[in-house]
Amino acid sequence: MMLKPIAQAVLLSAALAASAAMAAPQVEVLHYWTSGGEAKSIAELKKMMEAKGVVWKDFAVAGGAGENAATALKARVIAGSAPTAAQIKGPSIQEWGQEGVLANIDAAATEGKWDSLLPSVVSNVMKYKGHYVAVPVNVHRVNWLWINPQVLAKAGAKAPANFDEFFAAADKIKKAGMVAVAHGGQPWQDATMFESVVLGVGGAAFYDKALVKLDQAALTSPTMIKAFETLGKIKTYIDKDAAGRDWNLATAMVINGKAGMQFMGDWAKGEFTTAGKVAGKDFLCLPAPGTAQSYTFNIDSLAMFKVKSADEQKAQLTLASAVMSPEFQEVFNLNKGSIPVRTGVSRAKFDACATRSMDDMAAASKAGMLEPSLAHGMAIDTAKAGAIQDVIAKFMNSSMTPQAAVQALAKAAKTK
Amino acid sequence: MSVSTVPRARAPAAEPTPAPPSASRLAALADTWLPRLVLSPTVVASLVFVYGFIGLTAWLSLTDSRMMPNFEYSGFGQYATLFELDRWWTAARNLGIFGGLFILACLSIGLGIAILLDQRIRHEGALRAIYLYPMALSFIVTGAAWKWILNPGLGLEKMMHDWGFGHFSFDWLVDPDMSIYTVVIAGVWQSSGFVMALFLAGLRGVDDAIIKAAMVDGASLPAIYRRIVIPSLRPVFFSVLLVLSHIAIKSFDLVMALTAGGPGTSSDVPAIFMYQFSFTRGRLGLGAASAMMMLATVLAVLVPLMYLETKGERNGRR
Repeated sequence: MMLKPIAQAVLLSAALAASAAMAAPQVEVLHYWTSGGEAKSIAELKKMMEAKGVVWKDFAVAGGAGENAATALKARVIAGSAPTAAQIKGPSIQEWGQEGVLANIDAAATEGKWDSLLPSVVSNVMKYKGHYVAVPVNVHRVNWLWINPQVLAKAGAKAPANFDEFFAAADKIKKAGMVAVAHGGQPWQDATMFESVVLGVGGAAFYDKALVKLDQAALTSPTMIKAFETLGKIKTYIDKDAAGRDWNLATAMVINGKAGMQFMGDWAKGEFTTAGKVAGKDFLCLPAPGTAQSYTFNIDSLAMFKVKSADEQKAQLTLASAVMSPEFQEVFNLNKGSIPVRTGVSRAKFDACATRSMDDMAAASKAGMLEPSLAHGMAIDTAKAGAIQDVIAKFMNSSMTPQAAVQALAKAAKTK
Repeated sequence: MSVSTVPRARAPAAEPTPAPPSASRLAALADTWLPRLVLSPTVVASLVFVYGFIGLTAWLSLTDSRMMPNFEYSGFGQYATLFELDRWWTAARNLGIFGGLFILACLSIGLGIAILLDQRIRHEGALRAIYLYPMALSFIVTGAAWKWILNPGLGLEKMMHDWGFGHFSFDWLVDPDMSIYTVVIAGVWQSSGFVMALFLAGLRGVDDAIIKAAMVDGASLPAIYRRIVIPSLRPVFFSVLLVLSHIAIKSFDLVMALTAGGPGTSSDVPAIFMYQFSFTRGRLGLGAASAMMMLATVLAVLVPLMYLETKGERNGRR
């Protein structure tokens, strides 16, 4: 008598659970877009997926620029329960591909004609052995120089286009009693500055040879020594309290007029706009000195993991198509400060910096000067990039000579 | 009386006679098995999660594991790579500087405060609490607070400049040659109160009669401490050394919060090295090798200490 209703309830709930599982396939997405604008961006994707009848299971792991997320992902994959998709970028996609855990999403790519929408430098990163395994979300340009024009005006300097002008402007700002270069002495920021300097001193072809192909002759060439000399000179324009400073605090120094210029990727724009500043008027975004024609990119992407059921596979392809859709690319990148990775997205709502970034990317792509960022894990695998980052950090924080730095760099590039 | 007492005495004796042997057998069984039963989960857990994982790490350090574990033996290449890395030697040297100074400073400051507090002063309880309080904070909090205090543009240096001491300079935090010493400062601030508490407990355990006898013999107070009290604190020294050296060797959070290993990699320590190489740089094998080197350091410090301590105990008993 008592058992019957319980049994009924159990049966009913089992049936409900089964029907729920059948009716709504789910995608579980591991990501580290947890800060304000980023969280808003990813919430848009969730909304789009739910509109398509797919249950969104959020798996956000904050902190450490994705380090914590990577650790969580490894644990899940080792345990045999990989999420549907995870925020992985650059050569790491290839590393995961070698583990044999990534899913082929060519179906979504052919349907969406991704090959014609993406520059080949970008689509190559998204493919493992010729098949799409990841979908790009956005493009950040790394080789930007952020400038406070009021500081320049006060110092009587003009916005620099090359390193001679840069140092002339820096001297004037320094003389006027302000910090010329706002910087945070953290290894990744040092590396960000370094790659812009290499790009400016040596040009895109040299950058590609030295920092992407890791050609030993290029790494030890006089051009690389000159890049380190330039970096060493920039170092003298940084205030001494920079050690350990977060990048956004350095940006704040530019915003409130304590400092004149900062080398940083376009995520810095968010800091300016949040402070109520207008691009082109209150702050300038220029390509880093000598890098107007070239473009270093940092692309976030979602790598797709193998899922078991046909329903989940279908949901996975829906997710991939949604990420590439112009609607998502527009709203996500407006929130995040980056630009859409694909062509065919309306430019109306993007600001001056973003549209310049779009134009430069298209031009650089055509001229073959679109290069992956070293500092942001796009160019080479994490082990080599880490070793190179250590060399740059050491150069920035010791009296290491450019010659010694070049030798150490060449050695680091041989890291297996 | 005697007639009635005998059956009465016999009756209770007669009734339980069959019971006691079984009860005592049960009790004996429980005596032998219950402790084992209760302890076994702990033993199994530590066998697996401590010694099992030490073994696993040791094995990983002999493989070519990169991002994911790979269990194919490949020799001692990871150790060779490790010993060639500048960064590893920076980390090892920093551990030496930090560990040595941290332990020494904690010991001397802790002992000093304990001796001063032991002079039957007023408000001893309150003072004790004040000195012990930093221990209640996590190293992350200590690190973050000291980061602000020691930052030349925010903390001490700026305050002194604002007060008109324009030449005051204290920029160790941003000086690659001195940054590891700021970690020592913060670590000592956090831990010396705890060391004080241990020593104070030890001091209270010293027999008053000996001290009074020494006083009668005309020994001065410093001599009493040097010749009688401090030597009798020998077991406390061992416990303190044990605790402090393992804090020093595994220190990660304090350095992470205070300097994050910087400027550059100048205040790197082995624990940060291990974490970065294993988990963020996809070099699990190399990380495992550095973890084994840390284990070797722990053993090199702790084994002689524990050996001396047990020897000391034996001497004491004799």
